[in-house]
Amino acid sequence: MPKFEYAPAPESRSIVGIRESYGLFIDGKFTDTVDGRAFKTISPATEEVLAEVTEAGPEDVDRAVKAARKAYEPWSALAPAQRSKYLFRIARIIQERARELAVLESLDNGKPIRESRDVDIPLVAAHFFYYAGWADKLEHAGFGPAPKPLGVAGQVIPWNFPLLMLAWKIAPALACGNTVVLKPAETTPLTALAFAEICQQADLPPGVVNIVTGAGDTGRALVEHPGIDKVAFTGSTEVGKQIARSCAASGRKNTLELGGKAANIVFDDAAIDQAVEGIVNGIFFNQGHVCCAGSRLLVQESVYDEVLTSLKRRLGSLRLGDPLDKNTDVGAINSAAQLAKIRELSDIGEAEGAERWSPPCELPAHGFWFPPTIFTGVSQAHRIAREEIFGPVLSVLTFRTPAEAIEKANNTPYGLSAGVWTEKGSLILRMAAQLRAGVVWANTFNRFDPASPFGGYKESGYGREGGRHGLEAYLDV
Amino acid sequence: MSDPSTRVQVRKTYKLYIGGAFPRSESGRSYVVTDHKERFAANAALASRKDARDAVTAARKAFPGWSGATAYNRGQVLYRVAELMEGRRAQFVAEVRAAEGLSAAKAEAAVDAAIDRWVWYAGWSDKIAQVRGSSNPVAGPYFNFSLPEPTGVVAVLAPAESSLLGFVAVVAPAIVSGSTVVVLASEPHPLPAVTLSEVLATSDVPGGVVNVLTGRVAEVAPWLASHMDVNAIDLTGADDALRVELAIAATDNLKRVFRPHTPDDWTATPPLNRMLAYLETKTVWHPAAT
Repeated sequence: MPKFEYAPAPESRSIVGIRESYGLFIDGKFTDTVDGRAFKTISPATEEVLAEVTEAGPEDVDRAVKAARKAYEPWSALAPAQRSKYLFRIARIIQERARELAVLESLDNGKPIRESRDVDIPLVAAHFFYYAGWADKLEHAGFGPAPKPLGVAGQVIPWNFPLLMLAWKIAPALACGNTVVLKPAETTPLTALAFAEICQQADLPPGVVNIVTGAGDTGRALVEHPGIDKVAFTGSTEVGKQIARSCAASGRKNTLELGGKAANIVFDDAAIDQAVEGIVNGIFFNQGHVCCAGSRLLVQESVYDEVLTSLKRRLGSLRLGDPLDKNTDVGAINSAAQLAKIRELSDIGEAEGAERWSPPCELPAHGFWFPPTIFTGVSQAHRIAREEIFGPVLSVLTFRTPAEAIEKANNTPYGLSAGVWTEKGSLILRMAAQLRAGVVWANTFNRFDPASPFGGYKESGYGREGGRHGLEAYLDV
Repeated sequence: MSDPSTRVQVRKTYKLYIGGAFPRSESGRSYVVTDHKERFAANAALASRKDARDAVTAARKAFPGWSGATAYNRGQVLYRVAELMEGRRAQFVAEVRAAEGLSAAKAEAAVDAAIDRWVWYAGWSDKIAQVRGSSNPVAGPYFNFSLPEPTGVVAVLAPAESSLLGFVAVVAPAIVSGSTVVVLASEPHPLPAVTLSEVLATSDVPGGVVNVLTGRVAEVAPWLASHMDVNAIDLTGADDALRVELAIAATDNLKRVFRPHTPDDWTATPPLNRMLAYLETKTVWHPAAT
């Protein structure tokens, strides 16, 4: 299949004004650090320095928590219908500034503009819109006649969907009457800082939302701060367990959305072309930097050759490169450290005997890049079939019967998501019932919606984000 | 006919209940259980780490069948436990009185409440999914729905003070939705729970769904809390210091931890939180309009 040559169609950067340096957003204002220091955030596609941001120290975190505490009483006492309208305002401003936020996200994260523009930012606005409507209807949510907020929430989010994860954390927390201190990931702080400006534009009362940038130490200072009432974390299972231990000792409430190793199961009666698109979307969407990515492809033996041939042909037509180019399918790996991890696990895959394949693919000279990669001949014991790679790397396994597919799909300590491809509705529901995972996609993958609860079984964490269920994480129930 | 006044009573051996069978502790150990006046009541089995692990294995084995049963069926099975307890009401009253030192009226009330608690939970089996599930109006051609599912194997530390009612109040909410349990009975008063396991064995509860251990909480609970094939733990029967230790151990595989914050009133109609603690929400995107 020929790959059509497209002229570059880059989205303009001029819509985004990035400041040279950013302070911390505490009590409604950008403030200088007291005990932190500056660090640089770069574009992973070019390694160009985008801005200098602040690594908040313990005293900075303490100031932020105190600001959130001070804001908590008036915010939680505000008439819910008024609280609701602040969230609607935020949703609207996000829509108004959608293009700017999409470009900023792609610059700082490396994801294709097609995804930040069509997926991330629209979902961010939708999420605020959804929870805005809950703020004055909580008594109907099934958590009692007058459910109370928890207080100050400490929230730590990852770099793969920076603004979307912020929305998942902040929208329900505020709707329920909590105030928050949020720490974005150290490699992707810019859209969170833009969100701070949005809070200012919305006239959100000072201290209701506080943003402290920084790395692991800042996050630890936040989740272990005695002044917070709840911890919400999205990230790796390893860090999630550390947080769980700290919360177990202090008795503090926490919800965790952690890693995954999702099975994407293709039956022989599936619409193969559609399934191949879904496989590609399942693992190469967002460069595979997705906790619920379909990183283990389980193909029914009878269609293995057909699926693999079609999949390889499709990978040959993926465009890798400039995230701001509207034609780009696969963007940059988010950081040098993540690239090193993907390389290491892929090398282990080869060393353990799996067969590695990538389409011919020219990688840009600067920045962090990894080609879409498929491993075949993978056994369940291989590390690439067990560990989360968090990159554009797909492990392919086969099965004969639905029972074998279930057995293999569930053979993991994780349980975040799974995919099923078949034309039989009854088989979809049978598989969905037996898969031990929090989200099951049938004839689709990596689809999100603010009304749809998301979260894991087993070591993929606990608590749900999205939907009515997502309120529970921020109510005293 | 022997003279009733000289007849020697046939006493019962109080054993563990694992996988539908009544083994002694594999360790060969037992401990002295006394009544409320400190008189010898029985030698109960002193469960070991190995017994706990065997019980987890039995609970795991029973999980697919029990969680796969229809909600209607599970409701009837729980109701059947109440029926059989009613038939042994006098025996339970006598054992609870002896163990806890209650007046006859209070012991009867406790046993009645325990029986009625099974009935209450039996009715929940086919309603909890309707109360906690939802269809979700997503922006796309999908029928999207969320359902509660049982979390798996639950370790339960039954309360020390309420030997029968407390035991039922922590076990029934875990199994009603399809989870299977390993329950450590009240350490000082294990005998009513062992008698209840005889009821379970002769009711329609499949072997392995409820596994009952007797012994030392401080010895056995840490093995359950750190066991990688246990999905959730109820810390009710542990003291505050042990609860912290167990909650930390439970993070090894991110167990769901039920940690009561206020003392339970076992006689009151329970809130839903014990049932909800052992439920996972699964969301399914089913294609529509294609």
